[in-house]
Amino acid sequence: MPVLRLISRRLLTSIPVLVIVIAGTFFLLNAASGDAVDAYLGSIGGGSATLAAELRAQYGLDGSAWARLGFYLGQLAQGDLGYSVALNRPIGAVIWERLPPTLWLMGSAVALSFLLGSSLGIVAGRRPGSLADRLLSTGSLALYSVPSFWLGLVLSILFAVKLRWFPVSGLETIASGKTGLARASDIGWHLALPVAALGMIYLALFLRMMRAGMAEVWGEDYVLAARARGLSERRITLNHVARNALLPLITMLGLQAAGMLGGSVVIESVFAIPGFGRLAQEAVAGRDSALLMGIILTSALLVIAANLLVDLAYGLLDPRVGSGAGGRDA
Amino acid sequence: MSSLLTRRFFLGSSLGATAALLVSTALPRMAMAAGAGGRLVVANDSEPRQLNPAIAASNGVFFIASKVIETLGQATFEGVKPLLAASWAGGEDGLSITFRLRDGIKWHDGKPFTSEDVAFSAMEVWKPLQNIGRELFANLEKVETPSPDTAVFRFSKPTPLQLIENALPVVSSVLPKHLYEGTDIAANPANSALVGTGPFTFAEYKPGQYYLLKKNPDYWQKGQPLLDEIVFQVLPDRAAAASSLEAGEVQLACFSAVPLSDLDRIKSVDGLEVVTKGYEDLTYQLTVEINHRTKELQDLKVRQAIAFAIDRKFVLDTIFLGYGTIATGPVPESAKTFYTADVTRYDFDTDKANALLDEAGYKKGADGVRFKLRLLPAPYFNETKQFGDYLRQALSKIGIDATIVSNDSAGHQKAVYTDHAFDLAIAPTVFRADPAISTTILVRSGIPDGVPFSNQGGYKNAALDQIIDEALVTLDPAKRVALYQDFQRKVTEDLPLINVVDWTFTSVASTAVKNIANTPRWAVSSWADTELDG
Repeated sequence: MPVLRLISRRLLTSIPVLVIVIAGTFFLLNAASGDAVDAYLGSIGGGSATLAAELRAQYGLDGSAWARLGFYLGQLAQGDLGYSVALNRPIGAVIWERLPPTLWLMGSAVALSFLLGSSLGIVAGRRPGSLADRLLSTGSLALYSVPSFWLGLVLSILFAVKLRWFPVSGLETIASGKTGLARASDIGWHLALPVAALGMIYLALFLRMMRAGMAEVWGEDYVLAARARGLSERRITLNHVARNALLPLITMLGLQAAGMLGGSVVIESVFAIPGFGRLAQEAVAGRDSALLMGIILTSALLVIAANLLVDLAYGLLDPRVGSGAGGRDA
Repeated sequence: MSSLLTRRFFLGSSLGATAALLVSTALPRMAMAAGAGGRLVVANDSEPRQLNPAIAASNGVFFIASKVIETLGQATFEGVKPLLAASWAGGEDGLSITFRLRDGIKWHDGKPFTSEDVAFSAMEVWKPLQNIGRELFANLEKVETPSPDTAVFRFSKPTPLQLIENALPVVSSVLPKHLYEGTDIAANPANSALVGTGPFTFAEYKPGQYYLLKKNPDYWQKGQPLLDEIVFQVLPDRAAAASSLEAGEVQLACFSAVPLSDLDRIKSVDGLEVVTKGYEDLTYQLTVEINHRTKELQDLKVRQAIAFAIDRKFVLDTIFLGYGTIATGPVPESAKTFYTADVTRYDFDTDKANALLDEAGYKKGADGVRFKLRLLPAPYFNETKQFGDYLRQALSKIGIDATIVSNDSAGHQKAVYTDHAFDLAIAPTVFRADPAISTTILVRSGIPDGVPFSNQGGYKNAALDQIIDEALVTLDPAKRVALYQDFQRKVTEDLPLINVVDWTFTSVASTAVKNIANTPRWAVSSWADTELDG
């Protein structure tokens, strides 16, 4: 099974990457002055020196940096992400709780930007230089140059505060008691604006890539050949031009997974969504290194998984690329 | 035909969806207009790591916990009044305080509230674990419980009743002994799922989303609470808090959740009001902390010059937009019992400041600079950061070149309060109703390293130490007040630190929320009489 071989090879090669990420994060955080106990005492308006010492001992913050890193890696090897000082809860549970909103947000935003972006890209790339192309290209450039938090605020002010079509913030209606489909639609309604804000930026990116890819392909010999064969314009556009222009977009999709994670920090703040990005922000503010490392580790795994999926999809779309085991299996 | 059908179907269903959306947005507002009871949604910018106010006496914890867990006494505009305690009296020798507790109070789990709970909370939680109680109850030896409604506090040294009384709203949250006894108190699950005697019971916490409190139907004050539910919605972003208020999704935002610069705009929104009352006992003091290990700052003339170089009126008007008062000393004007205006004043005067520095022997160099300093503004408030920029400019006018060092909160705590790696720092210190609580600690010598918001500048003044120590054991309230007025004079004379502006918070509330800001610690009080109507 070449697919399984690809997956296991990817996971193996990613282990050193993860260790470097963890150690790097650990020493970077360690280089900064102050720790989680300092941040905590600052937030509750002070406390005595003995209280600080007790807390440091309790959370294992009193040893040397190397000892703490060793302890952390040992814990990690046993599948334990440790305990959060800032939140006073096990990190594994916190991450498990905060991941779904972000995955929903990112997944929907990726889907929106990819589907809408590539479709509009086809429209624009169909006749480069046409009115539709110029409108879409300019529009997407404008969108792309806008920071996502600003777009989020504008959408929020217009559609939530002024028009009141959508909720201003939150993941779902508070303590509504909704379950099943009703809850799903409630969450969808709450996510509409944040997904739009996050997705719009990337939509522009996909649109422009698709358009550029198509513009390039139009002059290729096989397009001329298809024309000569008398195929309909529609079929040439979709089956011959767009299909080939789509491949770089798939690559981009994997790369965007990491970028989306960063973008969602901002969007989750603006729309008060209890996701991964906001958790990262809280971890930094509380100087909670174990929590932050747990988040980075999970994010790294997410990005690895996203790229793996992209590779698999690539193999399906373009048999020549294959999955490393040669095209004969495809 | 078929395409027509689908189009019609699509149109119809999208209209239906729009209608459904409109109805569902209208629903919460209609429910609000029902009058009595109702759900109050409050913006909350933080999620404390635990909610037990007996362990962490801090505003972030009290904001939620004070509705569930009650204290022995509560703050009112007429002074501290009984809450769980019906009355209290101090012994002549100052070695005991006897609390009479109210009858017939029950914990939320149905067990009776007794003096055992008070004794347990004091000896096992406030004294050994609480950030403020550790200092305040250091001399508390034991708590006797001669009857279920009597708790007698025994002190090893004379302890002023006035001090304990002033501290009650902050330090005396009573926990249920039956849930905490014999457990690891710091790790008890009841630290999050609170069980108290208050008007609201703790119903639900969704991390990152909200805390839900529900009406306690068996509350001991008949006819209260007036609300059915309080929801603290987690909104860390200030812009999100402001727009949630404007959209009517949130009815109340306390602790200046809406930035000062947005208040003018919010004021003009129909149905919203800006409330500046209700924080009188939570006064913050914009303070310039001074590292007395720095050679230049050891000279009183230099400290005076810095004090003269600050235009307090300008700071109040531009940074605080007028929401605050000019500080005259280490006790704010809002603390009427202790405040005195009879202190050394430093009215803005750059010429005088320059003259003082010349006198001190720090002549301006060819580049106009006398000496350089590190300036560390605390990262907790926009105002402290902005004042950092102002102070840098003000100092440059008198030839002091200050370099701003910005840290996050952990870095700032360590740099100032553990490593002493600063020359000047800007702190938002808190005045907690009595100078003995968290104010004298700012100038008392001999504080160990690593105590946040304390004298980490290494200042030593035997005369001042003596006043502080004497006031701690002075029983006569009038004498105590006189000592603290002397304290204010000594501090403003010798300038161990410089007080600039005293300020408190503002709230933004829907006009439908009634009975707000009716105590000097309203945001962190029980809200038993808070009401919501159309």
